[in-house]
Amino acid sequence: MSQVDPGNSPQPIQKVTGRLTRPVTASRARQNNLAQRTFFIFTLLPVLLILIVTVALLFRSWPIFNAYPLKDLLFGQVWKPNDGLFGFRPFILGTFWVTAVGVVLAVPACILVSIYLAEYAHNKTRSIAKPVLDLLAAIPPVVYGVWGLLAIVPFVDKVLAPLSGRWLDSVSIFAVNQPTGFGILSAGIVLAVMIAPLIISVMFEIFSTVPNDLRHASLAVGATQWQTIRNIILPQVGPGIIAAVVLGASRALGETIAVLMVVGNIPQIPTSIFDSAYPLPALIANNYGEMMSIPLYDAALLSAALVLLAVILIFNILSMLVIQRMLRRKWAS
Amino acid sequence: MDAHIQVKNLNVHYGKQQALKNINIDIPKNQITVIMGPSGCGKTTLLKTFNRFLELTDGTQITGEVLLDGQNIYDRDVDVTEVRKVVGLLAQRPSPLPMSIYDNIAYGMHIHKMKRDRKEYKAAVRHYLEIAGLWEEVHKRLHDPATSLSIGQQQRLCLARGLAVEPEIILGDEPTSALDPISSQNIESRLLDLKDQYTTVIVTHTLRQAKRLADYVIYMYLGEVIEAGPAKEVFSNPQHERTKAYLEGQI
Amino acid sequence: MGFLKKKRWQRRHLMEAFMKFIMQVSLVFVAGALGLILWIIVVRGLPALSWDMVTKIPEGGYYMGKGGGILNAILGSLYLASGGTLLAMLFSIPIAMYLKTYLGDSKWGRYVRLSLDVLWGIPSIVYGAFGFTLMIALGIRASLLAGILVLALIELPIMTRAMDEVIRRMPVDLEHAALALGSTKFEVALRVVTRQMLPGITTAILLGFGRGIGDAASVLFTAGYTDRIPTSLMRPTASLPLAVFFQLGSPYPEVQQRGYAAALILTVIVLAVSLGSRWLSARLNKYTIK
Repeated sequence: MSQVDPGNSPQPIQKVTGRLTRPVTASRARQNNLAQRTFFIFTLLPVLLILIVTVALLFRSWPIFNAYPLKDLLFGQVWKPNDGLFGFRPFILGTFWVTAVGVVLAVPACILVSIYLAEYAHNKTRSIAKPVLDLLAAIPPVVYGVWGLLAIVPFVDKVLAPLSGRWLDSVSIFAVNQPTGFGILSAGIVLAVMIAPLIISVMFEIFSTVPNDLRHASLAVGATQWQTIRNIILPQVGPGIIAAVVLGASRALGETIAVLMVVGNIPQIPTSIFDSAYPLPALIANNYGEMMSIPLYDAALLSAALVLLAVILIFNILSMLVIQRMLRRKWAS
Repeated sequence: MDAHIQVKNLNVHYGKQQALKNINIDIPKNQITVIMGPSGCGKTTLLKTFNRFLELTDGTQITGEVLLDGQNIYDRDVDVTEVRKVVGLLAQRPSPLPMSIYDNIAYGMHIHKMKRDRKEYKAAVRHYLEIAGLWEEVHKRLHDPATSLSIGQQQRLCLARGLAVEPEIILGDEPTSALDPISSQNIESRLLDLKDQYTTVIVTHTLRQAKRLADYVIYMYLGEVIEAGPAKEVFSNPQHERTKAYLEGQI
Repeated sequence: MGFLKKKRWQRRHLMEAFMKFIMQVSLVFVAGALGLILWIIVVRGLPALSWDMVTKIPEGGYYMGKGGGILNAILGSLYLASGGTLLAMLFSIPIAMYLKTYLGDSKWGRYVRLSLDVLWGIPSIVYGAFGFTLMIALGIRASLLAGILVLALIELPIMTRAMDEVIRRMPVDLEHAALALGSTKFEVALRVVTRQMLPGITTAILLGFGRGIGDAASVLFTAGYTDRIPTSLMRPTASLPLAVFFQLGSPYPEVQQRGYAAALILTVIVLAVSLGSRWLSARLNKYTIK
């Protein structure tokens, strides 16, 4: 299909004028041509949209890039818009910590679940797991936030923080400095559940690209299923697994409402997973109302959105390229 | 007859559809048994009950017994990987593992920890490549990827890989159907060379191949065994009308 | 005899059992998370749920615990999500059809799919910020229209890719048969593909709607919030996610309770839509050639 240029190529069918066929008249061919062109313009839309969003944000945040060097913005420690200080460092680090904790918590479970669904589970288990994952993916962020507020924050505050205080207090990233429950760990747990359905479904797809012949070749010499997975399947899907993780991370990076509700929103440089943080999306969401009143404030916030967008675009494009390539391999064979 | 595999009252269902109907046969030790019949008659299904590959497909139900030296391989406390070690499979399409030629042969031996050190593995890899008639062709590039071999070479590699775990039985699921005539002939002669040491069961779709290889023949039709017996007798004097029709090329 | 017996103490068998066990535990964990979320939302939301909640708009002093409901947010969300879905559909159907009939797996097709996937990955806060810059540029204030526009942007890639995936599974034979009967590609697209696309379109609509109705970060910037039910596209409108969000931020426990109830309402709508799409696409699939 792909090598034929469909719309314009003269169709051999034209010559056939049996009773059952309608000849392709000039007007119908014209209609086909016109439709093709209109349709084509539509497909430009997604590509253009990415560009337009990026350019619009760049345009609006230009004043702040003009006023301050990029280095000061990205690595500046102090955020005091009233005094003209726009240091993103605490927010960038906050985003990084929250995402990292979410990904670290989600990935092992996601790998195990996707292996189980792809390699072990019966069709029946799969047909139950699929809707469960769909529902998890369908739950709105704000509901995740409510859940985090009602279940995870108290859990971290009452259970995890005391535990960590007793056993791991000397390790700085587990130190409990601000015992409220609101913080990076709570946000990370909520994020882990939010990104799990996406990571699992991508990994599942990746696993199913491995041809059955390879599984059978390994099982036929008497390997156990885990030996087959470990020795044959995992080495085949490595890039796809990494891509799925990166994709999950990019979702976590941009998550706003759910994180904002449980992360504490204190602009500081976090040192422990029990610390509060203030990720970039939360910064944007919390301050949109007042940003028009202070000079450069809106440009600063929109530049935060731009930074976020740039990182996410890179993550997304790289991981989707890998995933699409791996999935095509399945179509080809 | 010294039966190596005995099949007793074997029934296989794929969902609601019955694929094998009440199979009762014996497969002789250290001979080549050929299962033949028109496509869709259940010959591959029968073959795959011998190494418990059928259960890899969701929704198959298997009842009855397959006895290997008198022990039912479907017993609850039987180790399926042990069954597959004893019963090797040569698949329809060659399926080299995505690793080097050397590692392909060593794979099964590693899995079962059959050798003690590198030297023993090396010697064993060489031994089985020689048996498969591949050593001369590949000994200078043992660490090239196995996929760089020709299809015919790949199939011999798969044979060597199967033999390396020291099975007693070799199953062949139309093992030459993807190969060119010369490679097919090569595989066939390997199987003939090996038949004194291994019980071999081959599914084939070509009558001529059956005649070249078979010591013992099973003819199947629509999920049932119509006729089974020594090749000479079945080919020269089939007892059943259906078998006769098949041998005469009517089916 | 007994040479095939299982040696359970063998390391590889222990490993097999262990790995399988922790995989099942992980699966239970993930499913358990869903159960836990639903349970908490129901348990905390149900007590505050009342008939007034879903039939009245906020009355005076509502945000200090007095009477009223969040009908403004429920209707606002329905308007926003329906409008967004409708608008996104206008663009996603032609794109999905073009992808199928003209592009297939060609290079340009791949670029379009990639860009859709990338759009899908852009977080709603960025769409919100983008919408906000557009509103400033066009001089529009926070309004139903602006909210619909941004939601349409968010839903477009989701809906298009959902349709694309469904249509992709459509058998090529049917299409070739139609071509062989002398139809042009466009006629194929219009007749055959449209009929086959029906399950894809319904799935996409419900998926897009579900995503649209739950999104908070984008409407925060663009749709505003008001206690009134919007009467025109240019008026601001409340939405359910923001109703949850704002009420939870209140210092009054009664208002927080209502926030939980609002979360329950939102969850019920979203789950109904998700389960509905599953059920519908299973039904519709019966009537199309697979």
